[in-house]
Amino acid sequence: MTPAELAFVADLVRHHAGVVLRADKAFFIETRLGPVARREKVPGVPALLDQLRQHPDPVLTRQVVEATLMQDTSFFRDRAVFTRIGEAVLPSLAARRGHSPVRVLVAGCATGQEAYSIAMLATDLAVPAGIEIVAVDFGSLPLEKARTGLYTHFEVQRGLPIRRLLAHFDKIDENWRVHAELRQMIAWVEQNLLDDLTPLGTFDLVLCRNVLGSLTPEAEARVLASLEAVCRPDATLVVGAQETPRLSATFTGTGHPGIWQHGPSRHPAAPGRPVPVPARTRT
Amino acid sequence: MNRVRTCLVVDDSRVMRKVAIRIVEQLDFEGIEAGDGLEALTYCRAAMPDAILLDWSMPVMDGMEFLRRLRAEPDGTRPVVVFCSAESRPDRIRLAIDHGAAEYIMKPFDGDIIASKFEAVGLI
Repeated sequence: MTPAELAFVADLVRHHAGVVLRADKAFFIETRLGPVARREKVPGVPALLDQLRQHPDPVLTRQVVEATLMQDTSFFRDRAVFTRIGEAVLPSLAARRGHSPVRVLVAGCATGQEAYSIAMLATDLAVPAGIEIVAVDFGSLPLEKARTGLYTHFEVQRGLPIRRLLAHFDKIDENWRVHAELRQMIAWVEQNLLDDLTPLGTFDLVLCRNVLGSLTPEAEARVLASLEAVCRPDATLVVGAQETPRLSATFTGTGHPGIWQHGPSRHPAAPGRPVPVPARTRT
Repeated sequence: MNRVRTCLVVDDSRVMRKVAIRIVEQLDFEGIEAGDGLEALTYCRAAMPDAILLDWSMPVMDGMEFLRRLRAEPDGTRPVVVFCSAESRPDRIRLAIDHGAAEYIMKPFDGDIIASKFEAVGLI
């Protein structure tokens, strides 16, 4: 991919999704755009980009942006975060909600592994009024896959303990499909995170992991503001364990990397300051 | 403690053993090989490994029989056993777990899968 082609794709994703594309992603973008070029029946990625430059078709533009931004994800990615959600966050939300369902938003759900991981944790707990998961992504192709709940031999072996595979999936030929019971817990929504999220309602738990770090400062501010707008007063917000978003003073650190508590800002002198976290120890 | 931890790779395919050994060595284990369950049991009686990557279908003694005998040995409950087999029928996998395997890898596998499973059982 030439620097000019890369710059063209970078402009598209910055403009349409607020994402900053790194120059070292050139190879990876070419691999992602190959299938789009084949679908369009043009000979290769350079020809695809040429066509788009000459005829800026909105559907094709969207496909190129979507393919470029496709996220690699896995079940229970960053195990410690899910352990904390399963052992502390969800049980406490369930107790506080009582007779109304716990609502979870997965912003940037890609192919669905994160939303299904939450659904699996929820089935371990007796949430009296149940749990409603809304999973949002920009891409229609990843969402289509997420909706089917069908994963390959390789995907179900990354991060997913074998006992959970046996408990929640059926084997279909060489693939594995999430049980209907879990699929029914999740509503999949095709939407740009830069657009207003409030029509989706408000949430007790909001996950937006490994999305914010790639955004332009303006896009990050916009996404954070719309996430905050859908956070209930006592909601928990989960970002990537390595991410340090510029959150408003209504969020306080919990001592667990990436996990933030929403609430009235009681300490205006120290807004949103995270609690110091001990260095991660490995055995 | 700085003792190098050992992982015994039990598989009747020499190629499969080489691939697995290379992966576990990247995860900082010392890799040892055995071609069937009996050979593996002999090794374990001399020096109990920390982890065992265990094929199911093998000549002489299969993986399930080996696991049953291993658990009856002194200190035989200590190694973390991860099955690694082409068998992918859910009822068969459940059988392996019920017999005391901590995790189960379906072949074909890659380094990411072994790392993910070793992490799941606390080996890394």
